[in-house]
Amino acid sequence: MAPEIHDVDHETEVAIERRFVAKAKDIDEDIHWAQINEDVLRSLERPRPLFWVIFFASLALFLYGVACEVYQYKTGLGVADLENPQVWGLYIATFIFWIGMSHSGTLLSAILHITHADWRKPIYRFAEAMTTFSLMTAGLFVLVHLGRLWQFYYVAAYPNERWAWPNFTSPLVWDATAIGTYLTSSIIFLYFGMIPDLAICRDKATGLRGVFYRFLSLGWLGTDRQWANFRVTYLTVACLLIPLAVSVHSIVATDFAVSQQPGWHTTSFPPYFVAGALYSGCAAIITLFIILRYTFRFERYMTMPILEKICKLTFAISMVWTYLNLIEYASVWYGTDPYQKQALIFRATGTYAPWWWSMNILGSVVPFALTFKAVRNSISTLMIVSLLLNLGMWIERFMIVTPTFAHGYYPWLWTRDWWPNWVQVGIILGSFGWFTMLFMLFCKIFPSVSMYEVKEMVYHRRAARKVRLAQAAAMPSEA
Amino acid sequence: MSDKAHTLALFSDFHEAALAIAALRQSHIRGFKMADVTLKSPIEHPECAAELGDRPVYIQLFSLLGAVLGSGLGFLLISSAQANFLRQQRGGFPIVPVPPNMVITYELFILTSVFFTVIACVIFWKLPGRRSRLYNVEISVDKIGLLVKSDPEAVAPIKEIFSRHHALEISSSP
Repeated sequence: MAPEIHDVDHETEVAIERRFVAKAKDIDEDIHWAQINEDVLRSLERPRPLFWVIFFASLALFLYGVACEVYQYKTGLGVADLENPQVWGLYIATFIFWIGMSHSGTLLSAILHITHADWRKPIYRFAEAMTTFSLMTAGLFVLVHLGRLWQFYYVAAYPNERWAWPNFTSPLVWDATAIGTYLTSSIIFLYFGMIPDLAICRDKATGLRGVFYRFLSLGWLGTDRQWANFRVTYLTVACLLIPLAVSVHSIVATDFAVSQQPGWHTTSFPPYFVAGALYSGCAAIITLFIILRYTFRFERYMTMPILEKICKLTFAISMVWTYLNLIEYASVWYGTDPYQKQALIFRATGTYAPWWWSMNILGSVVPFALTFKAVRNSISTLMIVSLLLNLGMWIERFMIVTPTFAHGYYPWLWTRDWWPNWVQVGIILGSFGWFTMLFMLFCKIFPSVSMYEVKEMVYHRRAARKVRLAQAAAMPSEA
Repeated sequence: MSDKAHTLALFSDFHEAALAIAALRQSHIRGFKMADVTLKSPIEHPECAAELGDRPVYIQLFSLLGAVLGSGLGFLLISSAQANFLRQQRGGFPIVPVPPNMVITYELFILTSVFFTVIACVIFWKLPGRRSRLYNVEISVDKIGLLVKSDPEAVAPIKEIFSRHHALEISSSP
């Protein structure tokens, strides 16, 4: 039983709460701590059958992607139709997409943590996991795109005896450093934040699982000294992660912005990329929230009021993205560079026009659906909307990369329309399979709802309710 | 050290645990110090932990050390990695290009700071550690524990204080 902190009788409490609490609660404050442990630990053992459907479907996709990659590796990048001028194709577009997805974890864990938004507590763990697995997937695309996998270390900042590689003035070297730092820090942040929960798993698990959790929990005991150090460390790493996340996507944007290519050479690219990253991350959180809620029976923790808050956050960020998009169009349209302007006109009216319009509609118009309460309260509608937003954000990355290559400075490029072939599509699908497989495995092995944070949440909310009740009792005239 | 006894009491809420800590502090029992009293709980409770006295956290100093070392050594490492003093530099090419190095230095500054912060925390936790025989799994569920290390003759009065404050379970070792 959870520690009891209120002593007003139930009927009085209900009567007072009705006056003071008009909105739905994020979580049931009266849930017992032991129940929280039981519910979350049960998710590690008996998920709904949908879990296995998703897991095996993602495994199949992943294996298909591996087969395509092996074929490309053995035969050469030509089988992916990658040749001048389209040298990046879907690989770099999808690389940016996965990097963008990774920003959601930082948003929920770090930004909302330092702003004391406690509604994030039941859901931040899976967002952090999403960050880590997105980055791992993004990192794979650097390798896939290289073709010559054995030369991957050219992008690392190692000593420069040969005077050819690495090119320290290339943003690609900055990219490798930034992504490596972000991935390392994200894994540390994810693991570190899980240690108290791993100790709970350790106390309940037996056999090999027990050994596994005992090893990972590092002997955590929950002493006052451990908690105090834990809090400061968690907050410090959270504060360090925020500028890191911004720098990572800014540097990815710099890959494009420092080039002279029309359509890329704009100063608004870094904030535009960061906003797009947060946007796609939030949309992905909605999708995964809905899947996890059902698959692992987390209806008591991943509640509709929390989902509604994420929807509002997603809408707000979508408007920031829309604004930055419009700024980019306006600065090109009213600017003096005819090539930039031609590239924009080509996007809106050329071969890729349906995609460009789809991107704008999915990214800027569809989010308005989230302003309707009926949409925010319908799980199935939200699932569709979130998938559409994700699709829009993927198309955005495709529209950044491909049309510029098809409409550069040289007229001979203008007849080279390009569409991805089955090898590229297979590898892209494989990356989604890889991400989903890792994510679902994580949720099966590790607690995807933070038990100690949910306990804190209900404890503090009960305490706040006690204060409210005491204040109400002291003001009988207003009752 | 080996002749010390350990006493663990479990409480159902933080309020009782805080009262028990205050009673221990005021008791003047010989054979234990407040520094040897440890609060164990499923969540952090700074107010209750404050009853134990000032227990400063020094993590931030390590974060700062990591940030300073990361910035300085990061720049030096990158510069030494890219500098090539064995051949004639072509005109216009800097041996160490500062602006690109600042980007990489920035990343290393954060990475080193994160490493130092987490390593410092693990050191201050004294982890990986072994659980004592008095470890109770209920603490990771919903109970609050108070562990006192004391001389054997102090165990009885300590237990008496815990009983007075409605401890649910009291155990001691050896």
